Amino acid sequence: MKIGVLKEIFSGEQRVALTPESAAQLQKLGHDCILEKGAGICAGFSDAQYKAVGVAIAATAAALTKTSDVIVKVRPPSDAELKRLSASKTLISFFYPGANAALMELAQSKGASVIAMDMVPRISRAQKMDALSSMANIAGYRAVIEASNNFGRFFTGQVTAAGKVPPAKVLVVGAGVAGLAAIGTSTSLGAITYAFDVRPEVAEQVESMGAEFVFLDFSDEQADGAATGGYAPVSSPEFAAAQLAKFGEIAPDMDIVITTALIPNRDAPELWTADMVASMKPGSVIIDLAAEKGGNCKLTVMDERVVTDNGVIIIGYTDFPSRMAAQASTLYSNNIRHMVADLTPNKDGVIVHDMEDDVIRGATVTHQGEITFPPPPPKIQAIAAKPKETAPVLTREEVKANEAAAYRKTTRQQYGLLAAGGALMLLLGAYAPESFMQHFIVFALACFIGFQVIWGVAHALHTPLMAITNAISGIVVVGALLQIGSSNILVWLLAGLSVLIATINIVGGFMVTRRMLAMFQKS
Amino acid sequence: MLSTGITSAAYIAAAVLFILSLGGLSNQESAKRAVWYGIVGMALAMFATVFGPGVGNYIVIALMVCIGAYLGMVVARRVEMTEMPQLVAALHSFVGLAAVFIGLNADFELANVRQLLASGGDLDTLTGFGKKLADKDTVEIAILKIEVFLGVFIGAVTFTGSVVAFGKLAGKLSGTPFKLPGGHALNAIALLASIVLMVLYAGGAGVWTMIAVMVIAGFIGWHLIMGIGGADMPVVVSMLNSYSGWAAAAIGFTLGNDLLIVVGALVGSSGAILSYIMCKAMNRNFVSVILGGFGGAKGPQMTVEGEQISIEADGVAAALNEADSVVIIPGYGMAVAQAQQSVSELVRKLRAQGKQVRFAIHPVAGRLPGHMNVLLAEARVPYDIVMEMDEINDDFPNTDVAIVIGSNDIVNPAAQEDPNSPIAGMPVLECWKAKQVFVSKRGQGTGYSGIENPLFFKENTRMFYGDAKASLDKLLPMID
Repeated sequence: MKIGVLKEIFSGEQRVALTPESAAQLQKLGHDCILEKGAGICAGFSDAQYKAVGVAIAATAAALTKTSDVIVKVRPPSDAELKRLSASKTLISFFYPGANAALMELAQSKGASVIAMDMVPRISRAQKMDALSSMANIAGYRAVIEASNNFGRFFTGQVTAAGKVPPAKVLVVGAGVAGLAAIGTSTSLGAITYAFDVRPEVAEQVESMGAEFVFLDFSDEQADGAATGGYAPVSSPEFAAAQLAKFGEIAPDMDIVITTALIPNRDAPELWTADMVASMKPGSVIIDLAAEKGGNCKLTVMDERVVTDNGVIIIGYTDFPSRMAAQASTLYSNNIRHMVADLTPNKDGVIVHDMEDDVIRGATVTHQGEITFPPPPPKIQAIAAKPKETAPVLTREEVKANEAAAYRKTTRQQYGLLAAGGALMLLLGAYAPESFMQHFIVFALACFIGFQVIWGVAHALHTPLMAITNAISGIVVVGALLQIGSSNILVWLLAGLSVLIATINIVGGFMVTRRMLAMFQKS
Repeated sequence: MLSTGITSAAYIAAAVLFILSLGGLSNQESAKRAVWYGIVGMALAMFATVFGPGVGNYIVIALMVCIGAYLGMVVARRVEMTEMPQLVAALHSFVGLAAVFIGLNADFELANVRQLLASGGDLDTLTGFGKKLADKDTVEIAILKIEVFLGVFIGAVTFTGSVVAFGKLAGKLSGTPFKLPGGHALNAIALLASIVLMVLYAGGAGVWTMIAVMVIAGFIGWHLIMGIGGADMPVVVSMLNSYSGWAAAAIGFTLGNDLLIVVGALVGSSGAILSYIMCKAMNRNFVSVILGGFGGAKGPQMTVEGEQISIEADGVAAALNEADSVVIIPGYGMAVAQAQQSVSELVRKLRAQGKQVRFAIHPVAGRLPGHMNVLLAEARVPYDIVMEMDEINDDFPNTDVAIVIGSNDIVNPAAQEDPNSPIAGMPVLECWKAKQVFVSKRGQGTGYSGIENPLFFKENTRMFYGDAKASLDKLLPMID
């Protein structure tokens, strides 16, 4: 099949859907690739680089669409781009079908298949094509860099000859992919980083990245993120109030606030109120990654940098991935490549649009003249971790009681064993002759000594232990030696054989033990 | 000729030396001294017996001891450390066989003595053991017969069981469990038959009963161990170790020899403890291991989501070059691939760069308790960086790279995460908590237990496919 790469026409968009490297890998799957002239320039990939890996160049978008079977791009298509599609063609791009119903109907009327990269279900197998995550990762990173660019101070605290510099305090709201990326970048720049999320189960992830999780004094259990495909659910009003109160409390201390809270198919929740902005120090920076959906802060203006009256800078850019076009293109193009690889199960250059496949089904919004959005829930549950069941904390009395109970139990067990053993011995003593009992004492004591001694043996020396017990169990030679003097020829013969094999044991066992132990060297 | 008193004194000294020799194995340094205690103890015991009362046929003894010592020496020199499990199993079978012979001999002697007594012959012609028998009363004879039975029975089970274990460990028999139709019912019937024969024998039915017991017990040993899979061999070998001890103790009772009883009890308890430790480490109970097969699953197992991502040597090398702390988890696969020298070389190189490198050893790694430690020691890995599971399990979260070489079930997170897994509750090495995990493995197959290992699907796990030795040799030049 021919895979065509369209040049992005959205103003300011720098990304390209396929890098030369991914194009080369797609060709290995049996596909041919065509590039619209100059599509990769903004992201730093020249036409020559594409040509070098065998990609054909088409002069116009129309010509490219005509010859290609699969069209890949980044941004949702324009009407003009969609109109050029026909029944046999497949478009792969971001599509946001929830917000673009008209576009979807247009695609349906053309009969083309559309795979929306933003609809890839969040299951483990699909992570490699999860373009939202890879873009969010870049956005999180870039948000911190952008904040730093607008922030007039160091991130890290320093004591210099010229005076002490306090470290910046960064608050990241929403610990999704973008949030975690922001936390990671911020902590590695040396800022004191705080993070908040409505899903308490992510506290562990946050702390593992070196940030401090902001806990609310709120007892009600939040809904499990796993139930909503790994996204945060809508909060209850009480919870939202507690959250706002907490933010209000810490707002004056924060130098940089990065908000990333988004709820699928809804406006962004307001988390950072005008009051909080007013309480912040001049020169503080707010980066609102939810600007496209109205912003987590109501003062945010989409795609703009505003400065409030009290000198707080609020940044509402929505093109963070595009601002790192080379990196974003590489990751997005890898996502596209994995998607095409899944569409080409036999690696023979033939696209198989398998609607039974959870991932492909989930991402497909129109197929064969039908609108297939919204998809049925995936057969496999989302990847979010289940909350751990914490062990109930015991009071001191309970611990004491448990210990006492355990002690009583072991005492009872020991008494029981002793009583049973004693009874057995009595029974044996009542019938067995004295000569037997004398040997039996030796046997019982030897067992005890054996147990005591062997427990002390180092685990590392268990193999030598077995070898040496092999050697000393050759002591049966003593028994054979006692019999070998017999006048009975059969006894004599068997005893002789026993001496022979027992000696093999003794000599072999000791020698191999010595050999092994000599190998154990200290560093 | 030594007197009985002197012989007994020598026996006491020998028993003490044996105990000291086992006790000395508590650490690597004192162990080197401890072997000598054992050797001296054994020399004392043999010397005292040979030159003690009632022993004849010195030429035969000398000949047999010389041949046996020579064979033992050859075996001990030649054996590869990877073959230790086989050797240990083979040596167990010898003890078992000797116990059977000595038990049968006791019976022959008994028949002899009774004939002499009945015919009123001259008891003075009897030597050593015969004389002791002549002094026994009827109750003592009955006890003796039970002892003979126990000696022969345990000895025969140990013998055939060890031979099968040897075959499985040496790869001469298939490692897959095999059972005759009827399974354990057959073993139960055989056991019952043996008990009936014992009752007959105690009632004076003659030598044939003991021969029959020998054959039946031999069958039980064979059938029992045939039914146990290759990876359960650590338990089996420890169990047979224990049996060989009990067989020796039973012979000690028969012959009225305290030294044999003491040593038998020591060896028997040693094997029992080893089996216990092994079972504990697999979270399985002893009976279920011996009866073979894993316990049934209690419900649907968790499905494993994700994919196994493979990596090439250069990727592993890059991660290792960057890492500060590395933990290596060897398993039976390392022994099979004979990769321990390469592992040792890798460790040497990494340590030369000042990295912290340690080994994590699961109690059931390999085919013999402590087998991995011996293999690593042979490859000159210093023993103080070889850690037990309990010592190192808490350190994984602070580890940069964990390398799993040829082990599977012992690093399976399902044991902790999936209550329905057949290995649920088994203590495992929590290597997935390390920042990055590399698994050196031949292919995508499951481990011995046939359970899928979610570790291989984890996000921080990369599969380093290929023969362990070949992979490591490819990796070595890339470590700078």
